Amino acid sequence: MANKRIVIDPITRIEGHLRIEVEVDENNVITNAFSSSTLWRGLEVIVKGRDPKDVGLIVQRICGVCTSSHYRAGIEAVEDAIKVNLPLNAKYVRSMIAQALFLHDHIVHFYLLHGLDWVDVISALKADPKKAEQESFKYCKTPYATGEAELKAVQEKVQKMVDGGQLGIFANGYWGNKTYKLSPEQNLIALSHYLRAIEVQRDAAKLMAILGGKQPHPQSFVVGGVTCVRDLLDPSRLAEWKTRFENVKAFVDCAYYPDVLMAGKMYANEPSVVQEVSVPNFMSGDGIALNAQENLFNAGYILNKDLSQAFKIDENLIMEECTHSWYQENKPLHPYDGETEPNYTGFVEKMTIDGEGKNVAIPAINEKGKYSWIKSPRYDSKPFEVGPLACMLVGYAQGNERIKRVVDEFLQASGLPVKALFTTLGRTAGRMLQTKLIVDYGMETFNALIENLKNDESTYTPCPIDEKKEYRGRYIGEVPRGMLSHWIRIKDGKVENYQCVVPSTWNAGPEDSQGKKGPYEANLIGMKIEDITKPLEIIREIHSYDPCIACAVHVMDTKGNKLGEYKIDPKYLG
Amino acid sequence: MQIKERERIEKRLEELEKMPSFKEEHSIAQMLQEKGISRRDFMKWAGGIATMLALSPAYTPLIAKAAELSDRLPVIWLNLAECTGCSESLTRSEFPSIDSLIFDYISLEYHETLMAPSGWQAELSLQNAMEKYKGRYILMVEGGVPFGDEGRFLTIGAHAQTGKELAKDAISKSAAVFAIGTCSSFGGVQAAYPNPTNAKPLSSVSNRSIINVPGCPPSERNIVGTLMYYVLFGNLPALDAYSRPTWAYGTRIHDLCERRGRFDAGEFVENFGDEGAKKGYCLYKVGCKGPYTFNNCSVSKFNSGVSWPIQAGHGCIGCSEPNFWDTMAPYEKPLADRSFQSVFGGMGADWTADKVGLAVLTATAIGIAAHATIMKIKESKGE
Ligand code: SF4
Ligand code: SF4
Repeated sequence: MANKRIVIDPITRIEGHLRIEVEVDENNVITNAFSSSTLWRGLEVIVKGRDPKDVGLIVQRICGVCTSSHYRAGIEAVEDAIKVNLPLNAKYVRSMIAQALFLHDHIVHFYLLHGLDWVDVISALKADPKKAEQESFKYCKTPYATGEAELKAVQEKVQKMVDGGQLGIFANGYWGNKTYKLSPEQNLIALSHYLRAIEVQRDAAKLMAILGGKQPHPQSFVVGGVTCVRDLLDPSRLAEWKTRFENVKAFVDCAYYPDVLMAGKMYANEPSVVQEVSVPNFMSGDGIALNAQENLFNAGYILNKDLSQAFKIDENLIMEECTHSWYQENKPLHPYDGETEPNYTGFVEKMTIDGEGKNVAIPAINEKGKYSWIKSPRYDSKPFEVGPLACMLVGYAQGNERIKRVVDEFLQASGLPVKALFTTLGRTAGRMLQTKLIVDYGMETFNALIENLKNDESTYTPCPIDEKKEYRGRYIGEVPRGMLSHWIRIKDGKVENYQCVVPSTWNAGPEDSQGKKGPYEANLIGMKIEDITKPLEIIREIHSYDPCIACAVHVMDTKGNKLGEYKIDPKYLG
Repeated sequence: MQIKERERIEKRLEELEKMPSFKEEHSIAQMLQEKGISRRDFMKWAGGIATMLALSPAYTPLIAKAAELSDRLPVIWLNLAECTGCSESLTRSEFPSIDSLIFDYISLEYHETLMAPSGWQAELSLQNAMEKYKGRYILMVEGGVPFGDEGRFLTIGAHAQTGKELAKDAISKSAAVFAIGTCSSFGGVQAAYPNPTNAKPLSSVSNRSIINVPGCPPSERNIVGTLMYYVLFGNLPALDAYSRPTWAYGTRIHDLCERRGRFDAGEFVENFGDEGAKKGYCLYKVGCKGPYTFNNCSVSKFNSGVSWPIQAGHGCIGCSEPNFWDTMAPYEKPLADRSFQSVFGGMGADWTADKVGLAVLTATAIGIAAHATIMKIKESKGE
C-alpha cells in the first residue's frame, strides 16, 4: 500500500507559523518528514540603510517571546564592529536580563506550550487528590501547590469547564491518546503547576522589566551600554530583583524539576520520546556572564554524540543555503555575504489524511522544489542541533563542573542512561537543567554587580561611528532556544548588510543540496504514530525544540543592490 | 457621572443579562468564590478598571456587574505577521489574582500560542467558534497583513489560506474587532520602509470599523481595558483620528512624564549614563519621542506598574504612532535632527502624514528653542 501523508498546520503553541508534513507506511511509521515555515516578514531588508544604533530595537521585533535576545544581539554585533569597551555594569545587567529571559521562556515553554503534550488534562479529573498529594512527595521533599485541598480545587475548576461544554483553549486536544503516560494523579499535579506557572511567569517577566523598563520588548540597551543607571543605583530596585528571583527559583526547584523528573520516569519506555536523534552533532554559544571572567555556558560543539571531546567553533565554516527555501540563490554563503531574493513557489495539490482519517486533496509541500521560508544553515557542511540540550552536552563534554553536576544528578535521580539525553525526552530535560543552573548560580552575577557598583557607577561608553570607515562585526551567543548569531556590515555610517542565523533555523531548516536534513525532519523519521488523525508524537517531538519560527525566517538584500536602493520585485506588491 | 452615559451602560447590561449564557453554572460570582477572592477584592478591582478607563468611581458597581455578566463573550485571537509580543503582553495582565478569571470569562476559543489542539483540530476549533458564535464573538488580531504576492507571504492551516483571507472571513462574522498592537493597527515593523511584503494594517482588509490598540506591544492594561470598554458599553469607545481609544491614547507621553519638570527646567541628559542620567534628567536630547507620542505609559506603566522605558532611562520611541519605525528614527537623536532621512528617499522621516503630529512637532521645537534660549541667557548672566 502506498504511503499516507499527514499534514499538521498550524503547529500551535509555538512562536510563528509552522507546517509539518510526514509520510507514514502501512504500520504508521514515519518514512519521510518536511518542515515548512509559512510566514516571511523581511526584517533584514528593513534595517538596511538605517542608523546602526537603531538596529537593536528593530531586530528585537523578530520575536516577542525571546524578547531581549535579538535586541542584545543587534546591539552587540554593532559593538563588536566598532570595538566598544563595554562597562562591566552594562555587561552584568545584560547578563541578568538574559537570565530572567531564560527563566521566563523555559517555564512558559514547559507548562503552557509543551506541557499539554505530556499531560492529559482530562485524565486529571479522574485523580484522587489525596493520592496525588502523596505522589508529589516522590519527586520533591517540598512540593509546590500539591496539597490535597488545592488539587481538589484545581480539579473542580476544570470539571466545571468540562461540564459547561466550554473548553476554550482546551477544546479538541488530543486527550486520551495512548501515548500519554502519566497516571491521573500525576496529571493532576502537573495541571496544578500549569496554573501556577501562569503566575510565576509574570514574576520572571517583572525581573526583566525592573532593569529593562518593560517586558516584552525591553528598552534599556544601547550601543555602548545600558540606560537603567537609576534602577541600578536604587537599593530597593535591587532588593525587588532578589525577591522575585527567589520566587521563581522556588518554582523551578519544587515544581519544574520534579515534574520533569516524573515525566522522565514515566515516559522512559515510550518509543516516540526515547528514539535516538539522527542528527548527532550539537553546537552552543557563550552565555550568562557570572563575573568579569567566567560564563555559565561556553561555546563549542560535539560530533557524533561523542561526549569525550568538544571542539572550538571556526566562524568561517558557518554557511547558509536555500536549495529548498523560497529564495533565488542556492549556493552556500557565509552570513557576511549572504544573499536572498524571495522566490515563492507555493504548494502543490496532494492527497493527505484529514482530521477524520479521510483522504483529501489539499495544497501540500512540494519536496522536490522549494518549500519553506527558512534557510538551511550548516557548519562544515554538516547539520547541527542547537538549543538547551546542545548547551548541556557541549558543556558536559568540555568538563564544565556546574553542568556536569546537574546532568549527573538528574540522570541518577531519574535512573535514565546517558543515551536518553540524545532524545526528545533529553531535549525537554536539558531545557529544565539549563533553568536549574540559572537559579542555582545566577545570583553570582547579581553579587558581582553589587561588588562592582561599590567603586564603579559607569553604565555607558560613548561610541561614535566614523562615517568614513567600513566595519563588520557579529554577535554569537547562547539564548533560550540555542546558539544565535547576528552579522552586520556598516558603511557610510549606515547598515550595509545584516544577517541573523538563529537557533530555530539550525533546527527547523529544510533539506540541503546534498539531501541532508535538519533536526526537525531527520529526527521524526522512524517514529511510529499511534493515531494518524491525532499525531501527538509529532507535536511532542517538534515542541521539544521550542520552535520560534518568526525568529527563523529572515532575508537579505539581493547582491549588488546599493544602500537605499533596494528594489522589490513588482510581482510582490500585489 | 453623566446621566446619558449611565443610561447607556445600564441598557447594555440589560442586554447582556438577556443573552443566553454559555456557561450556565459558571458565573463570575461563583468563580470568585471558588478562587477565594472576596467581594471586597473584586470591587477593588472594578474600581481599578474604572480608574484605568478614566471613569468616575461611581461607575464601579456597573463595572462589577458587567464583569459578572461578561462570561458571555467568546474571543477569537488571530496571529498574522507578528512576533507574538502582543500575546505575551496579554499574559502579563494582573489585577489582584483576577487575571486567570479574565481568561475564564472571555472564553478564549482560538489562540494559536495557547490552545491545546494543532492542525486539523485547531482549524476545527476556529470553524466551530466562528459558526457557533456568529455575530457575537470578539475578534482580536495581532500582526500585520501581508498583501504582496496576493497575500501568500503568510498562509495558515492545512488548506494554506492566506492571512488576508482568514482575517477577512473572521471579521465578517464577528461582533467587534480589535487590532492589537502597532502591526495590526498600522502595519508595524514589517511595513517599515521598504516594506518588502507590502504589509498593511488590518483595516485594509475590510471596511468594518476596527478599534486600534497600538503599541509595540501595547501594555497589558490597554489590551484588557479595551475589552472591558466593549463589555461595558457594547459599542466602540471614543476614538481619535487613528481609531485609538482616547481613554488610553488621549494624552501625550510628554504631558504626564515623570521627567517633565526637568524638560521645563531645561535639564537634559546629554549622554546615557552621565550625571544628568543618574539624576533623572529629561531624555529629549538623547532621542525621546514622548512629545510626539500619544499613549498612557507615563501613567499606567508596564508589567503591573513595575516600570516603563523612560523610567529605565531610555527615550520613548513612539511605538503607538503610525509608521513610527520610519518617522521616529533615529531613536537616539531628537526628531528635529534628521541626518538619516535621505536613506528613505524622502519616504521616511518626512513621510509623516499626520498634520497634528507636525503641529505638535513645531510647537515642541519652539518649546525647546525657548528653553535653549533661556538657558543661554542664564548662562551668560552667570546663573
Ligand atoms: S522629552 Fe521624554 S523624557 Fe523628557 S519630559 Fe518629555 S517624555 Fe519625558
Ligand atoms: S514609552 Fe513610548 S515607546 Fe515606550 S512603550 Fe510607551 S509609547 Fe511605546
